[in-house]
Amino acid sequence: MAQDKIDRSGTPLVEMRNMKKAFGGIHAVDGVTVDVYPGEVVGVLGHNGAGKSVLMKMLSGAIQRDSGEIYVNGELADINNPRDARRYQIETIYQYLALADNLDASANLFLGRELVTPLGLVDDARMEAETRKIMGRLTPNFRRYKTPVAGLSGGQRQSVAISRAVYFNAKILIMDEPTAALGVEETRMVAELIDELKKQGIGIFLIDHDIHQVKALCDRASVMKNGQLVGTVNVHEVTEDDLLGMIILGKKPEKAA
Amino acid sequence: MSDATQSHTPPKQASRNFFQALEIDTRLLGMIGAFIVLCLVFHVWTDGRFLTPRNVFNLTIQTVSVAIMATGMVFVIVTRHIDLSVGALLATCSAMMAMTQTVVTPEWFGLGLNHPLTAPIAVIVGIVTGVVIGAFHGWLIGYLLIPAFIVTLGGLLVWRNVAWHLTKGQTIGPLDSTFQTFGGINGTMGETGSWIFGILATGLAIALLLSARRNKIRHEFPVKPLWAEFVLAGMVAAAILGLVAVLNAYEIPERRLVRMFEARGEVMPEGFTAGYGVPYSVLILVVIATIMTVVAQRTRLGRYIFATGGNPDAAMLSGINTRLLTVKVFAIMGALCAISAVVASARLTFHSNDIGTLDELRVIAAAVIGGTALAGGLGTIYGAILGALIMQSLQSGMAMVGVEAPYQNIVVGIVLVLAVFIDIIYRKRTGA
Ligand SMILES: Nc1ncnc2c1ncn2[C@@H]1O[C@H](COP(=O)(O)OP(=O)(O)OP(=O)(O)O)[C@@H](O)[C@H]1O
Ligand SMILES: [Mg+2]
Repeated sequence: MAQDKIDRSGTPLVEMRNMKKAFGGIHAVDGVTVDVYPGEVVGVLGHNGAGKSVLMKMLSGAIQRDSGEIYVNGELADINNPRDARRYQIETIYQYLALADNLDASANLFLGRELVTPLGLVDDARMEAETRKIMGRLTPNFRRYKTPVAGLSGGQRQSVAISRAVYFNAKILIMDEPTAALGVEETRMVAELIDELKKQGIGIFLIDHDIHQVKALCDRASVMKNGQLVGTVNVHEVTEDDLLGMIILGKKPEKAA
Repeated sequence: MSDATQSHTPPKQASRNFFQALEIDTRLLGMIGAFIVLCLVFHVWTDGRFLTPRNVFNLTIQTVSVAIMATGMVFVIVTRHIDLSVGALLATCSAMMAMTQTVVTPEWFGLGLNHPLTAPIAVIVGIVTGVVIGAFHGWLIGYLLIPAFIVTLGGLLVWRNVAWHLTKGQTIGPLDSTFQTFGGINGTMGETGSWIFGILATGLAIALLLSARRNKIRHEFPVKPLWAEFVLAGMVAAAILGLVAVLNAYEIPERRLVRMFEARGEVMPEGFTAGYGVPYSVLILVVIATIMTVVAQRTRLGRYIFATGGNPDAAMLSGINTRLLTVKVFAIMGALCAISAVVASARLTFHSNDIGTLDELRVIAAAVIGGTALAGGLGTIYGAILGALIMQSLQSGMAMVGVEAPYQNIVVGIVLVLAVFIDIIYRKRTGA
């Protein structure tokens, strides 16, 4: 197994401290603290309904937290809606692909951040040209720039979402089961992309149910159970069974990071 | 409403390639085709009375009011809402404007009757009324999360009767003479004015085609063959100038001409004739259709309207304020109801209690026949206008043939359901 090469001596890229969110009586996220360093992939694991998506949505501004602080580069960040998160260069690739089915790839890629002409009208031609450039790098075979994304395959749709994050220079990337809807080949493509983004110093939170994939892609893993943090471990120092034990039994292994 | 049959015979294939090269959406072609067939059938059936300048003129001015509101209904339905209150809102706006020009400006402001400022003041009052009420609906729907169906069903009852209250149930008229020029027959551009308008409109349309082509070339995207551009430009020019020619051919009756000369203190020369030309109400529709199309296709607002209709969550996660967007959409709808109220009351030359009754259904039907999907995210402005035109032609055609009103409604109802059914089949086949 590869050794842990992440330098964690400086300030983390993002730190979420003591995050809490309740829906009615349910404590979906209950006092969770996680962080990620530049160039690091942190897996967020847990059983269904553990609170992974809610935790990440508080970072992306889609859900407003009840309490807790978010620090970006050591500074307190005020994130209350998706626009705030975008300002901190936090981009999200959602579990259920968040694309408008009736629009084409470039309209989706630029949604909310359209390029405009000097008159203030949307510049579709320029956006399409930019989309061709960026998508051409990620999926060279992609041709269907004119069709609504409803007509694209799961992998093609996911590349639109990933291209969006790459195009807008994400510093922090949240991926909520990015390969859940994908085939083998497309999953491999996403894995390669994660490696590539790591090299550029981007910090990534990756939610994934595939322990094997977590071992292969992540540096550390934070495990949640019933809204609480079981613990954070260095994936190179634990076995798959250790991880499963944390997820299912909420039991921290002897040798923790 | 077209039905692209799966035929592989060579001649059919060739014609399909022809239309493919033009890159016009086949749905639009289908609708135009259906409209032309409809007109020809009625023309034959009425022994040549349907496609006369006089009837075309009447058809256009009858369509304007519903068509204006239908363009706004496209935005409402695209964002997955509905507005059942447009006819009632039209009545309230009309009542406000009627009271403004018959009571407020002549008596309270002491401007007297037919003062040049009366019409502009009345129109502004109407539009402000429409925007405020529309925005209020939008706020109830977007911020308080009350379903649009309920809010506007309530609005239907409230505004219809607010209009009644404002006028104490009376018919208010005659309206200001300047105001009446927005109604159709009482305000046309004349033959020369209409030709100038037609040529300007054609020039603008061709300039747009050209700039779109240049833009594509600049970004090295494929463009359609040059001959296809020429055919398209030719068809657009023929449609615009053809309509102008027909409207110009509708001659003003001699009695009326004599009166017009008398009003100017002149005597009409012997054998003088003049055509009506394009009504100002049609000009208003053309301007609104252009603005609404630009908003839909070329502005962020339009992009967000369609994105929200396609996937509200995606729109919200992309940082779009979907609540405020709802307020904007209904405010636009309100403004358009007010403009329709100007056209509708000016055409009648008075405000009546039942003005706009059942318009909500005509407007929704026009948008839906025009290809706006109730599931949201899909719809075009030109489709809605064509939908309004098809409905109006159907209705007046049947009236000319002598079909009684109840039977007309039965046919219109069946056509509405059938049109949507054909659309569903069409969308399934093309996967659009
Ligand atoms: N918008 C919401 N309203 C009410 N309850 C919610 C909402 N979103 C999440 N929850 C609840 O919060 C808890 C955590 O949900 P969350 O989506 O974070 O789970 P998850 O760990 O992502 O699960 P999965 O692996 O199935 O995606 C669940 O009990 C869920 O029902
Ligand atoms: Mg989840």
